[in-house]
Amino acid sequence: MSATNAPGAVSTAPSKKPGKSERGTGRKDSGREPRSWKRIFVYVLLSLGLLVMSAPFLWMALSSFKTTSELTASPPVWIPTEWTLDNFRELLDKLDLPLYFMNSVIVAVLVTVSNLVFCSMLGYALAKLKFVGRNKIFGVVLGALMVPGNLMLLPLFVLMSKLQLIDSYAGLVLPFAAGAFGVFLMRQFMQSIPDELLEAARMDGAGEWYIFWRIVMPLVKPALATLSIFTFLGSWNNFVWPLIATNDPDKYTLPVALATFATDPNKAGGSNGMLMAGSFLIVLPVLVVFIALQRHFTQGIATAGMK
Amino acid sequence: MSTTTGKAAESAKVQAGPGTAKSPAAGPKGSPRRRKPSLGMQNMAGWLFSTPFLVLFLVFMAVPIIATLVMSFTDFGLRNVTHPLDANFIGFENYTKLFSDEKFLKSLFNTAYFVVIGVPLTIFLGLIVAVLLNNGIDRARTFFRVGFYAPVVTTIVAVAVVWRFVLDPSDGLVAGLFSEVGLTAPDFLGSEKLAMPSMIAMAVWRNVGTVMVLFIAGLQAIPTEVREAARLDGAGIWQEFRGITIPLLRPTMLYATVITTIGYLNVFEEPFVMTQGGPSDSTLTVSLNMYREGFNFFHMGYASAMAYVLFVVIMGITVLQLRLLKDNTK
Repeated sequence: MSATNAPGAVSTAPSKKPGKSERGTGRKDSGREPRSWKRIFVYVLLSLGLLVMSAPFLWMALSSFKTTSELTASPPVWIPTEWTLDNFRELLDKLDLPLYFMNSVIVAVLVTVSNLVFCSMLGYALAKLKFVGRNKIFGVVLGALMVPGNLMLLPLFVLMSKLQLIDSYAGLVLPFAAGAFGVFLMRQFMQSIPDELLEAARMDGAGEWYIFWRIVMPLVKPALATLSIFTFLGSWNNFVWPLIATNDPDKYTLPVALATFATDPNKAGGSNGMLMAGSFLIVLPVLVVFIALQRHFTQGIATAGMK
Repeated sequence: MSTTTGKAAESAKVQAGPGTAKSPAAGPKGSPRRRKPSLGMQNMAGWLFSTPFLVLFLVFMAVPIIATLVMSFTDFGLRNVTHPLDANFIGFENYTKLFSDEKFLKSLFNTAYFVVIGVPLTIFLGLIVAVLLNNGIDRARTFFRVGFYAPVVTTIVAVAVVWRFVLDPSDGLVAGLFSEVGLTAPDFLGSEKLAMPSMIAMAVWRNVGTVMVLFIAGLQAIPTEVREAARLDGAGIWQEFRGITIPLLRPTMLYATVITTIGYLNVFEEPFVMTQGGPSDSTLTVSLNMYREGFNFFHMGYASAMAYVLFVVIMGITVLQLRLLKDNTK
């Protein structure tokens, strides 16, 4: 309803002066200068919010360096008085973290590489090649975006058991080897490449494969970076399928190892300190990568959201 | 090799002048001799480029989706993992059983509870943060954005483990806050009443960042002139927010609501790690229930029926949201 007011406001705008504004308090400074108390209020609000957001992380980090007595103190100790690495040591004794770390890395790298290749290929076809059935394939991709992963779990498990791929890297990678999100993202980016460029290459006798690898792929490097980050992290953080597709602890990925450890019914697993240390070790690399590459994250989300 | 690429690129620039600016889709019109064969080639190339994805999609998505449906009409059990074709067709029995299964109905209720409280909270807080970041401040904007988005990217299992300890009634972070003001913290995850709200709090904490980023993108797409104009016209902060920001953000709001709802309807990791569905099934969600029936008890036919009920619910709600929110813009 009120949306219709907005365009009207535009046309009347230029004739009025800032002084008319009720909130202007007579300030005639160039640009927008919100009164400072308002700005301070916003900063305070945001800082409080940020404190709430980071509190669990801070708690995790601090707790992993606490001694057992401080971990179980009630009321709790905020900052360890005696910093210790015992939690990490004990954790590494009980859990073969390097192995799970490698499993997670291998699976995530394979998933990422295959997504980059396959999603770019289909993205290129959908964005730049005219072929019969293109719209139908795009419809399939959009449909695939909407199907919840839970719907496939049971038959996938049966399929992987049949193929004897339970407890194998192939079993962990294949269901995620090409995702609809990647296709969508690549298509969006490739559409902005001018058709004339590709036409010219075709005139010069370049094949589609050559055009794809030598012309299109170098032009969409930022999109490939975004897709790599999202896919890698998606795989790194993935839990349900690795939980189902692995029985052998030697093939656990990090989240499965941690969850198995944390939900161990006979509590032989470990202390709070060890679990905090474990969470810390899983979350830390993700946070570091995120902070280093945060621009790509927000861009990727925004691109997918804006269509 | 690379020189030819360069040449191709250059000649493209030259030819990309007004003459060739026509869409290449208008094949028959412009130089038919060259374009026609290239269209045939494109047809083949299109399919060759699509094939790898389509094969993977078919084997690991399309077939399983259909197989779940088929399985939901059978008594598929542990034995059938090795002999799938031996499963017996039992019609709608799984489905009728579902709706007299108190545990399932409870999990359906719990999931609805999670969505109904969690989605509006997430959207509301995400919007507030986005507006504050976009209008209120000009320094440290990236810093705040990174801070609010950080929980989104972290491993949910690790984060759920952390929250379990944050909420621990004797030695957790929240217990500490309670004791600072002289109160005793309740046993959040051990109480039937508080377990789900605690989980919602965690989900909101984790997902506010996604919604915030979407809204920031949406806000930046609003032309500044519209805003300035409203201000010059004497619109207050609140009027500007209601009259301009909210209506122009509707598409973003729709998208954010739909993806948050879908995400929350599938909630699994949080209850799996934090409460394992307890106490007394108060945090048993449909996904967790399905996982247990399928992979702990190997009632796979029954679990498949559950998966399909959830799927239909998700589709129904998504369509409903698209309708409701779209109509409002008119």
